[in-house]
Amino acid sequence: MGYQFNWSLVLTGEYRDWLLDGFVLTLKISGIAGACALALGTLVAIMRLSRVKPLMWLSLSFTEFFRNTPLLVQIFFWYFGSEAFLPTYVNQWLYRQDFEFAAGTIALTVYSSAFIAEELRSGIFSIPKNQLEASRATGLNFLQAYRYVILPQAFRIVIPPLISQLLNLLKNSSLVMTIGVMELTYQARQVESFTFHGFEAFTVATLLYLAVSLTVSFIITMYNKHFLHQLRY
Amino acid sequence: MAFIEIKGLHKWFGSFHVLRGITEQVEQGEVLVICGPSGSGKSTLIRCVNRLEEYQKGTIHFDGRDIHDPGLDVNSLRAEIGIVFQQFNLYPHLTVLKNVTLAPIKVRGVPRAEAEENGLALLERVGIHDQAHKYPAELSGGQQQRVAIARALAMKPKAMLFDEPTSALDPEMINEVLNVMKDLARDGMTMLCVTHEMGFAREVADRVIFMDAGEVLEQAPPQEFFSNPKHERTKLFLKEIL
Repeated sequence: MGYQFNWSLVLTGEYRDWLLDGFVLTLKISGIAGACALALGTLVAIMRLSRVKPLMWLSLSFTEFFRNTPLLVQIFFWYFGSEAFLPTYVNQWLYRQDFEFAAGTIALTVYSSAFIAEELRSGIFSIPKNQLEASRATGLNFLQAYRYVILPQAFRIVIPPLISQLLNLLKNSSLVMTIGVMELTYQARQVESFTFHGFEAFTVATLLYLAVSLTVSFIITMYNKHFLHQLRY
Repeated sequence: MAFIEIKGLHKWFGSFHVLRGITEQVEQGEVLVICGPSGSGKSTLIRCVNRLEEYQKGTIHFDGRDIHDPGLDVNSLRAEIGIVFQQFNLYPHLTVLKNVTLAPIKVRGVPRAEAEENGLALLERVGIHDQAHKYPAELSGGQQQRVAIARALAMKPKAMLFDEPTSALDPEMINEVLNVMKDLARDGMTMLCVTHEMGFAREVADRVIFMDAGEVLEQAPPQEFFSNPKHERTKLFLKEIL
């Protein structure tokens, strides 16, 4: 084995800065896509639970389509395909922005929101029917019953699986390197091609991903201990 | 017209004819006990009164209004009728006090401080004001059911429906709930109670009705109902449960 480990190469100077820039961009794209996916996912879940048939079908097709096609294909679709179906002025606006970042964010948002919608829907379904009945019987209307009784319980149940969806999003965000978003994996790859020290570069990247995931997992465990016990019927 | 007037009520669950022409009148302040074998339609009947169940034929008038009038706001109707369920159905994510104050604040727009003051008074009335800041899961079944009664009373209802309120309770907890219900009855609350607690019926009911297979077979004041039942089916039922 002729490989000479050189850790200081990736832990100091320019290459460290590349990796840190990549890490910040990973957090940024995951954060933005995560927030948007939560909003979109909630909307899709509520559409599915509404009694309006077209909304139900739209929500169902959305979920099934985006859950059941590869994320990488979807990323390429938004990146190469958006020109074909978005209005010209939107495209021109996007090109003036950071187009790679925008396409990557959209792909991650849409893909994750399909999973989030399913988690939310099953959370709402897991609340006993008699909770809705009991709240409606006191005179609360449908929206109030959801707002004050059903959703607070559903979110408590759904938060752990929801967080693991957000962790998937963090990990999936590495795929947007394929369209040139300079996030952590992209930067690790760059360091590798400049220095031929891929082992060190990807070890640092791995540890950074792991640090975020483990921190979030730890928070979920604490959350479970403190809040979930209340929900006994 | 009586305070609650049920006329020729029919209901089907799919092809199952669960209520077969019920006609009943309940006056203000009256306590009506409804008994009968399971599946006889007694729970369905009281659940029609606050429209938790829809019915297909017949009418129900509550306090002079047809409850199926398209112009009637079902939420304001329900706000006037309290219901207590067999399984308590408290909100597990809210404290006892918040269970009681949610509807007054959100439906009636009562200021929080006033709702809490009233809620604590009600919890005191049902004997659990010292548990106000606990969660339902920390309470015994009997305590939970008393909270459920306080939650219904918090809306200052004109009538109360009880759907087998003691059936899910351990025997030693039944009395603490029945005592609250007896107090209510003595205070003049209009009550429709589906229950098999015949001691309760004897003590506070103005009238007992016996249902079987979606029909009212017999109705009488409690003394007469228990000492001299007329229908064979009623005799059989009373023999089984007494």
